[in-house]
Amino acid sequence: MRAVYAETLVRLGAADDRIVVLEADLMKATGTGPFAKAYPERTVNVGVAEANMVGIAAGMSAEGKIPFAATFACFASRRAYDQFFVSGNYARLNVKLVGTDPGVCAAFNGGTHMPFEDLALMRAVPGLVIVEPSDPVSLAAFVQKAAERDGCVYLRLQRKAAPALYKEGETFDFGKAKLLRAGSPDGKADAVIVALGALMAGEALKAADLLAAEGKKIAVIDALSLKPLDEELILEWAAKTGRVVTCENHQKRGALGSAVAEAIAESGVPCKFARVGVDDEFGEVGTQDWLADRFRLTAPHIVAAIKGL
Amino acid sequence: MSPSERARVEAFAKEIRKLTIGMIAELGVGHIGGAMSIADLLAVLYDKRLKAYPEDARAADRDRLVLSKGHAGPALYAALAAKGFFPAEWLSTLNKGGTRLPSHCDRNKTPGIDMTTGSLGQGLSAACGIAMALRLDSNPATVYAIIGDGESDEGQNWEAAMFAAQKRLSSIVAFTDYNRAQIDGTTDEIIGLGGLAEKWAAFGWNALEIDGHDVGAIDAAIETAAAVGDRPTMIVLHTVKGKGCSFCEGQVGSHNMNVTKEMAAEAVAALGA
Repeated sequence: MRAVYAETLVRLGAADDRIVVLEADLMKATGTGPFAKAYPERTVNVGVAEANMVGIAAGMSAEGKIPFAATFACFASRRAYDQFFVSGNYARLNVKLVGTDPGVCAAFNGGTHMPFEDLALMRAVPGLVIVEPSDPVSLAAFVQKAAERDGCVYLRLQRKAAPALYKEGETFDFGKAKLLRAGSPDGKADAVIVALGALMAGEALKAADLLAAEGKKIAVIDALSLKPLDEELILEWAAKTGRVVTCENHQKRGALGSAVAEAIAESGVPCKFARVGVDDEFGEVGTQDWLADRFRLTAPHIVAAIKGL
Repeated sequence: MSPSERARVEAFAKEIRKLTIGMIAELGVGHIGGAMSIADLLAVLYDKRLKAYPEDARAADRDRLVLSKGHAGPALYAALAAKGFFPAEWLSTLNKGGTRLPSHCDRNKTPGIDMTTGSLGQGLSAACGIAMALRLDSNPATVYAIIGDGESDEGQNWEAAMFAAQKRLSSIVAFTDYNRAQIDGTTDEIIGLGGLAEKWAAFGWNALEIDGHDVGAIDAAIETAAAVGDRPTMIVLHTVKGKGCSFCEGQVGSHNMNVTKEMAAEAVAALGA
């Protein structure tokens, strides 16, 4: 995925010299070396100083540049939150903040580096657009959309490879989710899973397969845009199925599960509802697979959540 | 600075002080101490040094100013109003609901404000970003930044200090308003800053320290900064909190205080014509 991030920035940067890349001594991790090679003068490495990076990005955007500033999602959110809030968002400037290694993807870096709360923090920022692409195609599209938007964006980026869910040419937009799978060809389903991000979209599809083997028809929605949320599509399927399970590589509280619950409660659509996510715990070290199971984020846990409805 | 120019700039500093005292008294409370202490600096900038266009506040070739100690906004609003960036009547709306002059600077509300500030420690980073962007655009404008001494407790300033030196951002001319008082006491009581100019020099800046109420010295310091081509400049201004305002000059507790119209009238009268 990180190669797609870098390739997209190189492509956008060729056409638009306002695109600049900022890093805080994690360029090797983010993988933006190709951009630095192509446009060294438009690449700014600030050292281990995330707050300063976001402030510099805000200043550059005040002069019309389009800065993409990246660091681990834990630092992008917790460390530089006030800078992003005030110098970026409150100032109505144009900072694209990229948080990598979300949730259990932080793996061996462990609890200090494991952001299970970045989306909840970001969701509270007025007007901020928040996306978590689910595959290389959606990632490239949303990086481009972010560049085109006049305003701040928080993009949550899983660096590791993710299988393609979409064909080249598929179009995406802020506020638009995608129906990855209808329960059956006639559009009927027993439940809908709403997933956010590459890891969870993959687990949601696996869960749907597991339940299909038992004769259950499960629809899967790839949320993609946490804010604005595609309430229309989600409520349509909530009404159709009467059973909704959200799943996210994040705390249950404050992000996708909360946003969908709020939409359902305010809509009056009658349905059963459950959240799959981290249950008020800190992260810890382990492989990504071990952690995904440890924090009950994998397909069997999604299946159990659906069966519990 | 010629004697006639000095007289003109000093008169402008007096006008900034009077307008600032008046607008804070109109509301009844405000950040008067740290506004008074930068009045002489603002007078030099807006009467002489800073290239700005009241009728075209975002002109590409203007010099930029980031007032990182955003709570001193009222003094900057006084300078901007006096120079015609917006109608003088706005000054009486300071901090009232719906105003375009909020307590802390807002680039989207007030013509002539280049950066939204108020959460201390963030302005110098923004100034660095502005300077980086101007360099990409081959724009020779100067980026002025004003930070407070209490604000210097914020670590982000020192991240920005290292960055600006590393990138040789010589277009940045920054000032520290070293009035030696912060909200809870003197800086020596709370977090002593010691030799501030030495600190900035150690961070790789061209560092000077001068009497921050001597408009001639301020002007000369800015002049020397322009000749330094490989480093950013920090001019440490030794100032007095509340300077020139009879009821609060030298008072540590003047960071944010109640100001009645009677107090204001007395202070304005004391400043003289």
